[in-house]
Formats: sequence, structure tokens, C-alpha cells
Amino acid sequence: MSAPTLPRAAAAMLARDLRLAWRRRGDTLQPLLFAVLVVALFPLALGSERARLAMLAPGAIWVAALLASLQGLDALFRSDAEDGSLEQQLLAPVPLSLLLACRMFAHWLTGSLPLILVAPLLAQLLFLPDHLLAPLLLSLLVGTPLLVLVGSTVAALTVGLRRSGMLLPLLALPLYVPVLVFGAGSVMAAAQGQDWLGAVLLLAAGLVLALVLAPLAAAAAIRIALP
Amino acid sequence: MLFIPIYSANHGPASCKISAMPAIAPPPSFLLDVRGLRFDRNDECVFGPLDFAVHSGEALLVTGGNGVGKTTLLRVLAGLLRAGEGELYWHGEPCTRLPAEGIAFVGHLAGHKADLGALDNLRFAAGLHGSRRGASPTSALASVGLAGYEDIPAGRLSAGQRKRLSLARLLLSPARLWLLDEPYANLDRDGITLVDRLLGKHLSEGGAALITTHGAYAAPPVQTRTLLLDAQARNAQSVDAENVGVESPNMESGA
Amino acid sequence: MNPIVLWFNKLGSPPNFHRYATRWMPWYFGAALLLLGIGVWGALFRVPADYQQGDSYRILFIHVPCAWMSLFVYVTMAVQAAIALVWRIKLCEILAMACAPIGAAFTAITLATGSIWGRPMWGTWWDWDPRLTSELVLLFLYIGVIALDASIEDRRRGARAAGFLALIGLVNLPIIHYSVQWWNSLHQGSTISLLGPSKMDASMILPLLATVAAMQLWFVGSLLSRARTMLLEREAGKAWARDLAGRDMSRADA
Repeated sequence: MSAPTLPRAAAAMLARDLRLAWRRRGDTLQPLLFAVLVVALFPLALGSERARLAMLAPGAIWVAALLASLQGLDALFRSDAEDGSLEQQLLAPVPLSLLLACRMFAHWLTGSLPLILVAPLLAQLLFLPDHLLAPLLLSLLVGTPLLVLVGSTVAALTVGLRRSGMLLPLLALPLYVPVLVFGAGSVMAAAQGQDWLGAVLLLAAGLVLALVLAPLAAAAAIRIALP
Repeated sequence: MLFIPIYSANHGPASCKISAMPAIAPPPSFLLDVRGLRFDRNDECVFGPLDFAVHSGEALLVTGGNGVGKTTLLRVLAGLLRAGEGELYWHGEPCTRLPAEGIAFVGHLAGHKADLGALDNLRFAAGLHGSRRGASPTSALASVGLAGYEDIPAGRLSAGQRKRLSLARLLLSPARLWLLDEPYANLDRDGITLVDRLLGKHLSEGGAALITTHGAYAAPPVQTRTLLLDAQARNAQSVDAENVGVESPNMESGA
Repeated sequence: MNPIVLWFNKLGSPPNFHRYATRWMPWYFGAALLLLGIGVWGALFRVPADYQQGDSYRILFIHVPCAWMSLFVYVTMAVQAAIALVWRIKLCEILAMACAPIGAAFTAITLATGSIWGRPMWGTWWDWDPRLTSELVLLFLYIGVIALDASIEDRRRGARAAGFLALIGLVNLPIIHYSVQWWNSLHQGSTISLLGPSKMDASMILPLLATVAAMQLWFVGSLLSRARTMLLEREAGKAWARDLAGRDMSRADA
């Protein structure tokens, strides 16, 4: 009999999620498309004047990343809850928090990483000055995992609810506010010539904390919320 | 001002902890022993207090009408729900929850991903729960009659085939106690025979099973006892919330 | 056994809590109204006008206690939720969920009075003042808790899930507060803090204390009232609730 070791279970979970994301690659790419759409809306609403768009660019891209993150959140646990896979994961001899951590990582890989790769393109759409691209990418790199971790914890609380509509964004947004403030704010600080690395380091500290706490909190939340 | 009531009139801290009574440990041939198990939902007693035991090598059939709490009982034993009161003993040792590596649960929901192939689903289950010695996903698929269906996505299988896939997952699992919720549902005659055969093999190897059934389906032709959950007596009496529910274990041995 | 522990113990049982709440509720409300009257009278007629802001600052006697209460109620809610999650005590679940609408109301009043106070100073009804922005996020936290509790049918599970959310929010509160302050300093928004550079005149302390005490008492009264109703709703099938209804009905007939 081969006992389930932690690395083996984690690898199995990760492989499964990546495989599932690939099978439904249309659905997986939807948040990315949404982000691009949101970014495209800003010039349409505010006019294509270069200087004004350049001023708004960091904030707009961050808002788009945040909204895209919210989009993918609802689907995170819904499918597993509906077909009974979540039950089986609860019954596995490995800690649920480990499985959830793998799932959050897979979600970030398939949802947020493409956004970071496309960010230079979005920056071009909004005439972001070149020297701000590095701060933007760094802040997204540190901030989007934090969004995924915090959002997943809240999504775990709504597991088992019928399609909840605006409930999940309402629950997640107050928790997203600090991430948005520090993430977009770091780029704005760089734009004003002030110290921007400090804000990113704060985000990184938050990320480290969330890496440890969020899977545990999400596991507890699922046990509380599952009918 | 903080209100910190320490005691609630309805139940003490809910868990299957050892009660204050001196524990009379059950004899070691018992796989699972349950004492005083009770579950409430929305302050109504769903079942309880129940006392029963499952020995290795036998199947306990849980029967009763619709809505009497059979599925809930199974989910409580699996650890998906938390009981209001009661004690659980596994191999004679008291525990708060049955050990995950000792039980395998097949419920109403299939537990497979519709987008993954049958073999991929089994491989994932093996990675998560571990696998029995000598069992492999391919051989398990063959044992349940799904030999050619390795790459077919589980969503395209029929309901009966999905049930067989769950049975294949059971075959892979190293668990000694099987918790099966309506295992005969959705199966044709061959499928029913398959379940009986798998059960017989599992029991003969020293495993045990807890099976819920309406009673309208075939019962496994192995050594079984029956636990009948009676709906009438479980309505809460007005004040004495303790005297709720009843179980009438009918000790019948199968053919 | 220690009499205090015994008292808490007894209070936790639903019929006892119902009796306690019914008996004491009017007193809490009455005392709150009295103190509120004293505080408002002092604020309007006894306290001198501010040298910088004139008479418009007087609303701080409502605004500041409400702001303190909005935070205090959140912490209370989170503590109750933590107890409910760890020990699964039904009454704590009810108390935690009863705190949420009260806290939301205090937060809304804080925002409204802050907006009214700011109008003469800013010229607009809203300025992204860091404190008011934090209060706005707090309002959303409260609404989230209320919404989550309302959307889960099983009342106990809903209370536990919403309580867990409140705990997550509690951890986030200081983070939100400091992030908003940093955000404000970065964008160099309004530098006029609502409490202003003017020192608190000694005569202001008493009316402020009066209104703070009034808000506290109102909170307790309101909490008792809501918790009592929620308890009755959830325990409607139990014998003690039926007896109570029977007694009331026979009293009505008689």
C-alpha cells in the first residue's frame, strides 16, 4: 500500500488543477479578457489625451487586475463543491490547507500570471511612461498573489451557496482595499519621484503572512460553510 | 459590555469527545463502535441517540424511510458533519473523528471531475488518498468493467458508469471501513452483482462496510446486520430534549 | 462555585437571557435617552463656540461617540464570533449577528455627521478624508457580514460563517486604517483633520462623556432587544417559548 505523502498529494492536486484549467482554457482566459476590456474602457470614457491617460494608467491597470481577480473567484470552489470533489478532499488523509494552497497557486498561475505577462501591452494602451513599467510589474507580481490568497479565503466562506451574484465581490472588496492602495500607490509614488519600494516591501510582507495564514483560514472556512 | 455565556442550555461543547462516564472499552474485534451519537439541525434532532458497532468482516445495513437521517448519519461518521453528542471508538480507541486513512466514503455526489478522463480521476484519487497494495488505477477500472473507458471524460459517462467509477475509487482506497450511501442506485443488474462481489471480497479480507439503502434494492448476500432508523420516535419531545430518537437494531443475519 | 461564573452560566441559557433582556431593556434605553439629552443640551448651549470653526463643530458631540462605537461594536462582534466558533455557544452566535446591524447604523451615522461637519470646511459633501474613508470601508465590512449571514439558510451555519468573516475583517482593520493614511499622505489630500488643531476646552469633556455613555447604553439596550427577538425566532419550537406565548395569550384574553 502506498501511503499518500504530502508532496505527492500536493503534486496530484496541482496537476489536476492545471489539467482542468487547460481543458477549459476558454473559461480560464476570461478574466484576462475582462481585464483588457476594462483597460480599453478608460480611454473610451475619458478621451484619448495622452497626458491624462498616462496619469491614470497605473491605477486603471491595477483596477482592471483587481476586477479580473474577482471574476475568477466565484468559480474557484464552485465546481468542486457541486460534483462532490470537495467532500473527497475533506476526507483525504492530507491536511486540507495544503490542498487549498496548491489550488490557490494553480489559480494564480492560470489567472493572474497571464495578466502580468500582458501588462506591458496594457501599459502601452494607456501610454504609461517607460520608467514606471518596472514598478508596475513588480507591484503586480507581489500584489496579485495576495489578491488570490485573500479572495480565496472569502470565497471559501460562500461555498455551498447558490450562485451568489454580487455577494462575493462585496465580501472581498474591503479586504482588497489595502492591496490596491499599496499596489497602485507604489506606482503613483514612483511617478512622483518618491520612494516606491517601501510600499512593495509592505505588500511582500503581507504576502508572506497570507501564504501561511490564508490556506489555514480557507480550510477552516470550508469546514464552517459546507452544508 | 461583553456577554460571555460559558454554558449553553442545549448542548455542551459539541464534539464526540469522551464523556465523563467511565469508558468501558469495547473488545478489540470491533472496528467501529458508536455510543450515544446524535445530530441536530436547526435545533431539531435528526437522529439519535444511537448505539451500534461494526465488526471487521461484516456489513451493517442502515435502512429506514426517506428523510429519516441515513445519509446524515453516514456523513457524520465520515467527518463531514459534526455530531451534537456521542462517542466514537476506532479499534477500541476513543477518537473525535474517524481517521481519514481508515474510511472511504461514496456519497450521492460522484466526486469526479467531469472534464477529466476516468483514469486521470482515479490517478488523482490515488494521489490524494493513497492506494491499496497491488491495486493500480488501470486494474481498478478493469475490475469494474470500464476497461475501455480510460480516456473518456467522466462527464460523458452514464450515471451507472459514473457509479462504477466511484466503485473503482473504492477499490483503490486502502481504507478498511467503507461508508456507502445508496450504492445500488443507478446500477443495472450487472452493476448490482458487481457491488455485491466487491463487497464480499472486501469483507472477506477483513474490511467492513456501512451501507444505507431504502430496502427496495437487493441486499448484499454477506453477513449483515441491520440498523433501522425509525422516523416516528425522533420528533423532539417538548422539554426533555435528551429523550429524542430511538434506534431499533434488528439483529438479522443475512443468508 | 464562583458566583460570577454561575451568573454567566445561567445567563447563557435562552429562557434566562430572555427574562433578563425583557426586564432590563427599557432601563438601558431610558438611561441612554436621558444622558443623550444632557449631552446634547450641554453641546448646544453650554459649550463655547470654536474659534476656528464657529458653531459647526458642535456636531462632533454626536460624530465622535458614534465613530468610537462603530469600532467598539465591531470588536465586540468579533469577540462574540470567536467565542461562538470555538465553543459553539448558540447565544454568542446570536449576539454576534445582532451586533452587526447596530454597528452598521453607528457607522452610517458617523459618515453622515462627518459629511455634515465637513461641508462648511470643504465646500463639498464629501472629501476623501482618511478617517471617513476608513469608516466607509468599515461600513462595507458590516454590510458584508450582514449579507453573508442573510444568504445562508441554516441559521447556525450562517452565523458561524459571518462570524468568521468578521474575524478576518478584524485582522484587516488596522491594515486598512494605515493603508488609507499612507494613501492620503501620498496624494496630499485634505490636511484639515476633522478634529482640528483646536484644543478641547475643558467644558467640552462633560457633554462628550455624556454622549459617549449614552451611545454605550443605547448599544446595550439595542443589542438586548435584537438578540431577544432573534432568540425567540430560533427557539420558536421549544417548550419555554411556547409557554411564554401561551402565557401572553392568556394574559391578553383575561
